[in-house]
Amino acid sequence: MSFGLELAIKLVVIAALIPGSALVLGYAELKISAHMQSRIGPYFAGGRFGWAQLLADGVKFIQKEDIIPDNADRPVFKVAPVLVMISTATLFVVLPFGPGGGFVVRDLNLGIFYALAISSVGTIGILMAGWSSGNKYSLMGGLRAAGQLIAYELPLVLAVVGVVIQAGTMSMQGIVEAQIAQGWPYAFTQFLGFFIFLVAGLAELSRTPFDMPLAESELISGYLTEYSGFRFLFFYLAEYASMFALAAIAATLFLGGYGFWGVSASWTGPIFFGGKILLIGFVIIWLRWTFPRFREDQLQTLAWKWLIPLALANIMVTAVFKVVF
Amino acid sequence: MTVADWIAEPTNWVYLVLALVIAVSALRVVTSTNVVHAALFLVLALAGTAGLFLLLSAEFVAWVLVLVYIGAVIVLFLFGIMITRAPTGPNVEVDHQRRAPAAMAAFLIFIVTAGSALTAFGDKQISNLGRGTSTEVIGEQLLQRFVIPFEVVSFVLLAALIGGITLARKDATPAEEMAREGSDA
Repeated sequence: MSFGLELAIKLVVIAALIPGSALVLGYAELKISAHMQSRIGPYFAGGRFGWAQLLADGVKFIQKEDIIPDNADRPVFKVAPVLVMISTATLFVVLPFGPGGGFVVRDLNLGIFYALAISSVGTIGILMAGWSSGNKYSLMGGLRAAGQLIAYELPLVLAVVGVVIQAGTMSMQGIVEAQIAQGWPYAFTQFLGFFIFLVAGLAELSRTPFDMPLAESELISGYLTEYSGFRFLFFYLAEYASMFALAAIAATLFLGGYGFWGVSASWTGPIFFGGKILLIGFVIIWLRWTFPRFREDQLQTLAWKWLIPLALANIMVTAVFKVVF
Repeated sequence: MTVADWIAEPTNWVYLVLALVIAVSALRVVTSTNVVHAALFLVLALAGTAGLFLLLSAEFVAWVLVLVYIGAVIVLFLFGIMITRAPTGPNVEVDHQRRAPAAMAAFLIFIVTAGSALTAFGDKQISNLGRGTSTEVIGEQLLQRFVIPFEVVSFVLLAALIGGITLARKDATPAEEMAREGSDA
C-alpha cells in the first residue's frame, strides 16, 4: 500500500473516531448519571434506550442560528473553537491501538512528549474564547481555565516522566512493548504516577471536581456562555474527544495499552485498548457525579503543594530504582 | 544552486510557506494595535518557527518550543494582559510614537544576527549529528558534556524565581500585622 493511501485511510478512521468516541462517552455520561441519580435518562430517541439522543442533539445544534455577539472580537471568536478542536484531534495521531504500523497513525519517537506539547495549545483556544466573547462571565471563565490548566500541566508532565524513565522510551508503542516485556502494567510500579496523572488529567479536562471554569452557579457557563449552535457543538465534541484521548493515554502509560497478560494476537489490541479506555472513562464519569466542586484556592493548593512535590518524589524514587536495579 | 533546482525540492516550498507565515505574523505582532491580537500573532510566529525546526528534523526542539513558548509563556502573557487590563470589545487601541527608533533597532538586530550567521557558516552544510535520534543526543550531551552549564542555568533560574517572589511579595510590618489582627477580632 502506498504511503499516501495508507495515510488517507488512517485519517478517515481518526476523523470518524473523534465524533464516535464523543458520542459513546457522551451517551455513557447521560445514562450513568441518570442511574446514579435514580432517573431513567434518555428514553425515547431512537426507539429503545434513547440511543439516538446525542445524534438528535447534534442535528439540533447544526440547525441553530450562528450567533456572534455584537461586542465580540469576530475573528478570534470564530477561530477559538477550531483551535481547541485541532489540539484535541492531533492527539489521536499517536494513540496506539495495536502493535505495528497499521494500528497507529504515526508512532512518533517523541510520542508522549508530542501529546503533552500539543494538548497545551488548547489552553490558548480557551483563553481566546473567554476574551473574545466580550462578556465578563466568559472572561472570568477563561481566566480560571487558564490558571487551572497551567497549574495542572506541571504534575501531568512530571507524572509521565516516571513512566518514561522506567520504559526508557517516549514512543507510545515503545512504552506498551516495555510493559508487555516486563509482564505487568506500570500501574503497579508507578501507582503514584497513575494517581497524579488521573487527578491532573481530570483538572485538564475541567471536569468535576475541577470544573470551576464552567461553574454554572456563578459563571453561567464560563468561556462557553456566548457560544451556540455549531461552535458550541465543536467545544462539546472536543471535550468528550479529549476525555477519550486522555483515557487512552492513561491506558497506554499505566494499564499496558493494547497488551494483556499472555495474549499476543495483534487483532485483539484494539479490543483490549478500547476496554481499558472505557474503564477509565467510566471512572471519570463516576467521579463527576460523586464529588462536589473544589473552591479555586483549594484547587491551586492541591496542584502546587501536593501533586507537584509528590510527582517530584516519584521521579526521584523511580530514577534511584532504575540506576540501582 | 539554480532556480530550477530550488523549485524541484519540495522542502523548499514548505520552507517558503513557513517563512512567509513567520514574517507576516511577526510583522503583525508589532503593528497590531490590539494587544491581545499581537500576542495571538506571536503564537502563529512561534508555531511557524516550530515548523522550521521540524523541517530540520529537530523534533525535540520543535515540541519544546510548542510546550514551553506556546503552551506556557504565551498563555502567561495572555493571562497577564487579561487579568490586568481586560480589554474586551472590538476597539482596544495601543500604539506609540517612537516608530522610527523601533524600526532602526529591529533593522540593526537583523544585520547583526544575519551577518554573524553568514560570516560564521557561509554556505557550509551542517552534517547530521549521526547516531541515535536527536532527542537522545540532546539528552546525553546535556547530562554529560554540558552538565555543569545546565545546572548553572537551572540555578540562575531558581535565583530569578526567588528574586521575583521577594520583589513582588510585600510582607506586612509588625505594626500593620498588629492592626490587622486587631480589626479581625
